[in-house]
Amino acid sequence: MRSFLRGLSPDQQVGLLFALLFGALLLATVAGVLLSLRERTLGAGADGVRSTRLQDVQTLLRNTWLMALVFWVGWAAGDGVAIVLFGLVSFLVLREFISLSPTRRGDHRSLVLAFFVVLPVQYALVWTQHVDLFTVFIPVYVFLALPVVSALANDPQRFLERHAKLQWGIMVCVYGLSHVPALLLLPFPRFEGRLAFLVFFLVAVVQTCMLVQHLVARRLSAPVAPAISAGFHWRSWGAGLLAGGLLGGLLAGITPFKPLPALAMALVACAAGSLGHLVMKAIKRDRGVTHWGSAGRSVTGATGLLDRVDALCFAAPVFFHSVRWTFDR
Amino acid sequence: MDWRAKAMSLLLLGFVRLLTGAQARWHGCPPKAEQRIYFANHQSHADLVLIWAALPTELRSITRPIAARDYWTTSRFKRWITGAVFNAVYVERERKGDEDPLAPLMAALESGDSLILFPEGTRGHAEDPQPFKSGLYNLARQFPEVMLVPAWIHNVQRVMPKGEVVPVPVLCSVTFGEPIRLGPDEPRADFLQRARAAVMALRDL
Repeated sequence: MRSFLRGLSPDQQVGLLFALLFGALLLATVAGVLLSLRERTLGAGADGVRSTRLQDVQTLLRNTWLMALVFWVGWAAGDGVAIVLFGLVSFLVLREFISLSPTRRGDHRSLVLAFFVVLPVQYALVWTQHVDLFTVFIPVYVFLALPVVSALANDPQRFLERHAKLQWGIMVCVYGLSHVPALLLLPFPRFEGRLAFLVFFLVAVVQTCMLVQHLVARRLSAPVAPAISAGFHWRSWGAGLLAGGLLGGLLAGITPFKPLPALAMALVACAAGSLGHLVMKAIKRDRGVTHWGSAGRSVTGATGLLDRVDALCFAAPVFFHSVRWTFDR
Repeated sequence: MDWRAKAMSLLLLGFVRLLTGAQARWHGCPPKAEQRIYFANHQSHADLVLIWAALPTELRSITRPIAARDYWTTSRFKRWITGAVFNAVYVERERKGDEDPLAPLMAALESGDSLILFPEGTRGHAEDPQPFKSGLYNLARQFPEVMLVPAWIHNVQRVMPKGEVVPVPVLCSVTFGEPIRLGPDEPRADFLQRARAAVMALRDL
């Protein structure tokens, strides 16, 4: 088995991974359809809790399909397309974030700069493999340049508050998310062509952690910070980390790491992702909504994409740099 | 619609959706192909494009916006985009002689089209919409069978404030509310007041 896998070319290995992923998704979808058929024969309204739970699972499944498809397209079409795809997600997510942060007329030029200059430049830096510049472009240059543009607009009212929001949005939605495709740039000797595995590793581990955390939290009461999140408990958090870490250890074979370092890397990514999700929840509560999307009291008609990727936005930079410091000499 | 107008409208739709999402939220009435006058708050040039983009395709083809003749027919491109793409009804801004400025709108309603109307007349910059002009009342009196659907456009003023040329991506939505009717011998001022309140009530939904 192992020698068979070793014998495959990197492309064949990644292809196999996608075949397995889509196979698993297909099985889960078929199971979901069968379950919903049985639900229908049982009669509607017999068990409301179960049917809402089934609906929950089905939306989750749909999202997973979508993400898997996006990743597959990204991988099949090459690094360039993957970077453009992530750039587009960044754009949509930043759009959601800005929609819910009140800005004033004076911010217009800085917003234009953020969307049409900062975002494309950041992804162009990833594309052209300027690893060092790409890690400092936003925190150093943009951080200092944007307020200048806003100051020139001559509007002092709530200046710091408005700017803090814009900077935050750029950090999370552009800087954070751009670290996912940047994983494709890490120079690992003897691992060329298979860096897509690293992206898969990060996403799989973080999503598993979030899912397990969500499922465990349902059975618990007395959350740690009830005013911010009704679903955050130290125990469910620990369970999520454990699940993510274990999965990371199991997936060590597809990464350049040994099992124990893989587990450690997965733990780091999961901790950053799940805590980041909590932070984004706090921001949402501050804005008076529970979801970025239309499920909550949303006036904007957002699609709620940010809800799905916020953990990734926080996990990616931490993961990227941990991998870089530890393994890249 | 020829292929160029079709291509242009698809391009515009894609652009508006990418920038704003152009989400329609139907509260109080379903999107239905009946004769209607949509009336909304007016804060930006983009308002019209946003309502146009938020309507479903079937309704978009029978719903006509209103364009000022003196501005939108001065060049071939402007005439083409308002005429072929938006299928707009042209109105005179300045009253010429004793011609009724509402006559083109009435002609459009008589032929069965729906209209998009901004009863404030001009773009407002305050939080609340300005008092409504009486055009809506006159049309409602002449065409009592046409549904009057209020709409509130969220966020558009953030996309492109006055004097800026580059739009910023911000999610916008159009909320359509419950249709109102002109009561029997309801005075004009009362009706316009009520219509404005109906539009403003959609703001906090």
